[in-house]
Amino acid sequence: MYTTEETTLANLPLGRRGIVKSLDAEGIIRRRLLDLGLIPGTVVEPIRKSPAGDPIAFKIRGAVIALRLEEGHRVCVRPL
Amino acid sequence: MGLTYQRSAKRVLRANFVNSPASDYIVALAGNPNTGKSTVFNALTGLKQHTGNWPGKTVIQAYGNYRYKGKMITLVDLPGTYSLFTNSPEEEVARDFICFGEPDVTIVVVDATCLERNLNFVLQVMEITPKTIMCLNLIDEARRRNIHIDYKKLQDKLGVPVIPTAARNGEGLNQLKDTVNRLASGLICPNPRQLRYEDSIEKTIEELAAELIPTLQDRINKRWIALRLIEGDYSVIASIKKYLGSSTFKEEFEYGTDTPRMGCFK
Amino acid sequence: MGQTPQEWVVLNDVVHKAETFRNLQGENIHDKIVSNIYAEAESLVSDVVELTNIKKDWDHRIDDIVTSRIFGYPLMLVLLGVVFWLTITGANYPSALLADLLFGLEERFTRLFQILGAPAWLHGLVVLGTYRSLAWVVSVMLPPMAIFFPIFTLLEDLGYLPRVAFNLDRAFKRVGAHGKQALTMSIGFGCNAAGVLAARIIDSPRERLIAILTNNFVPCNGRFPTLILISTIFIGAGVASTYGNMAASAMVIGLVLVGISVTLLVSRVLSRTLLRGEPSLFSLELPPYRKPQVGRVIVRSFLDRTIFVLGRAVVIAAPAGTITWILANVYIGDLSIVAHAAGWLEPFGQALGLDGIIVLAFLLGLPANEIVIPIMLMSYLAAGAMLELNSLSAMRELLVSQGWTWVTALNVMLFSLLHFPCGTTLLTIRKETGSFKWTVLSAVITTAIAIVVCFLIAQGARIFDLV
Repeated sequence: MYTTEETTLANLPLGRRGIVKSLDAEGIIRRRLLDLGLIPGTVVEPIRKSPAGDPIAFKIRGAVIALRLEEGHRVCVRPL
Repeated sequence: MGLTYQRSAKRVLRANFVNSPASDYIVALAGNPNTGKSTVFNALTGLKQHTGNWPGKTVIQAYGNYRYKGKMITLVDLPGTYSLFTNSPEEEVARDFICFGEPDVTIVVVDATCLERNLNFVLQVMEITPKTIMCLNLIDEARRRNIHIDYKKLQDKLGVPVIPTAARNGEGLNQLKDTVNRLASGLICPNPRQLRYEDSIEKTIEELAAELIPTLQDRINKRWIALRLIEGDYSVIASIKKYLGSSTFKEEFEYGTDTPRMGCFK
Repeated sequence: MGQTPQEWVVLNDVVHKAETFRNLQGENIHDKIVSNIYAEAESLVSDVVELTNIKKDWDHRIDDIVTSRIFGYPLMLVLLGVVFWLTITGANYPSALLADLLFGLEERFTRLFQILGAPAWLHGLVVLGTYRSLAWVVSVMLPPMAIFFPIFTLLEDLGYLPRVAFNLDRAFKRVGAHGKQALTMSIGFGCNAAGVLAARIIDSPRERLIAILTNNFVPCNGRFPTLILISTIFIGAGVASTYGNMAASAMVIGLVLVGISVTLLVSRVLSRTLLRGEPSLFSLELPPYRKPQVGRVIVRSFLDRTIFVLGRAVVIAAPAGTITWILANVYIGDLSIVAHAAGWLEPFGQALGLDGIIVLAFLLGLPANEIVIPIMLMSYLAAGAMLELNSLSAMRELLVSQGWTWVTALNVMLFSLLHFPCGTTLLTIRKETGSFKWTVLSAVITTAIAIVVCFLIAQGARIFDLV
């Protein structure tokens, strides 16, 4: 649980904050992830999961934004 | 046929949004989703449309009028978006109106409880037009949550007017209207904070902006266009040709702004 | 394309230079631009914002329950049930009151016509045709709308709808659709045309089109009263009166669940066939809950939505009533026009467990779903069973005397739920897709499903001798 090894946003346990390292996406998806504020250096916290486990809602720069697992796996983070 | 910027092109674009007859000023209302933008719109124009609480609810461009100190102001409610980079039809609509519709003032409605995310949008608008007012809405909510914003300092740093409001109970709206009139009539001249990029980018921006002068003349923000070209946003070229171009080009890039395009599904 | 003006050459030249620079840079310039802006915003915020003992928000605790693994889905169902139960229970009394009032007025009109010595056809046209269909639309439609719209608007203002989309996204992902489709469906409960318009919040054209084509499977306010009315008089009346409203609510929830299942099924088929493609990026903001301004919501939802929708229904119901009366009372040979048409449609209707008049009423109800029941009742009445129709039990008697069974009732509800979108919705689909083909398809898909479902139920009931 206290590992600081890099992982993806979707793997981050609820309540465990992480810092964005890089995005594994190109083109429009990359642009949209950036627009949501997921730029390297941003601190993100997974707050809740949908009852089905997917999507997951994250606190990103003051707003609560839900992403599907596919997108969550595109964001590499280092747990804090 | 020359390619001077035609005033009529602006009218064509504006007509896509606004059918209202002679008004003194056209004011765009922009902002992130869920900032109370529609509430500000209703409070200013006196329209009593219902506003729900779900992201993206402003799906139809609305416009309304209000009168303040003898001036007739037309307010255009743009779709709520997170940014003005054209990743979606809504973002393109908002960007095109702010840039090519040349509104006399652009009000950016901001959620005071979520300032950082919203400032990102304000800075993007300020890159396009200096005639920007930041409407710091939901200030009552921010107070309730013990979020203190030094908006005087923010105004100094941004270089554009910052007006705290609580549109739900009418707080700050008179000051907002007053600022709109003064900005539109040239009584205030904002000096927006300019974002600086690294030297190599800045140098290229300058070069390209200079080359754009014959095409765009003195009307559109050439620095901003140059920046979009550098990052490879080709939709901006399409928009230039669409709104500023000769009839041949106009037809080529023409599509109805009031109906979203369904692309390959036509 | 005409000749290229000099300025475009310059512009193309600039574009080319920008491209060269971008390629030389190697790194992603857009990344840098976005990072730069966010960094600027961050530093500004740290300069001007001060936080003192931040209050823990209620939002968090409400969301813990609303999106909980255990309570999330049941809570949605319970909420839906409560809304329907309130609507059905609350609508009963005012509905009866309005019916008494309006049909009382009808008698006075009749007497007035007699005193004035007006010819029978004029009395029929104005009172039995135009006025009566107006009275039905108002007494049957107004009370449920006036209750449903404010409750729904309160939920919408509170911020509950994005949570519904959050909870349901997994199901939509599985069928290749967008989670925000749940939002457009929620709006569809109010009005399908509004739901189709709301599909603009979905960026990907493919997923937006799926949302548009399936929105009609959510019963709108024009169809709710039909569903409520029929489940009240056929299902509600079947059980002890205290549980009548609950049974009727359960029936309506069941129908909504059928609608949702069909939505998912059709979305799946579409995303595997005509609208194949990759799912686009899904991001959904869960905005903070907002305390609705209750008084305002009630007034606004009544004035803006209820009166608007009712007004539209009334505008269509008046001429529809007049025309239906004419069709039901002009005879060709020894049968009225309605009887001719219904007779012609009868075999088709029977195959679906309906009858000719029901099918005719759905066809004539194309402009607005609200007028289907009035047209149906008027056509039945013209067949001459009875004259008074101001109570639910009288309505039940009339329908049963026309050969209605529980299969007829069920299939009328299912057909209403699944059949072609109303005229306004079709026009909206045409406008939003810009395509005639997709508009036609939206009507064909829905109607085909309605026909198949009703046919299977009718034939099943016949084979197993359940009627």
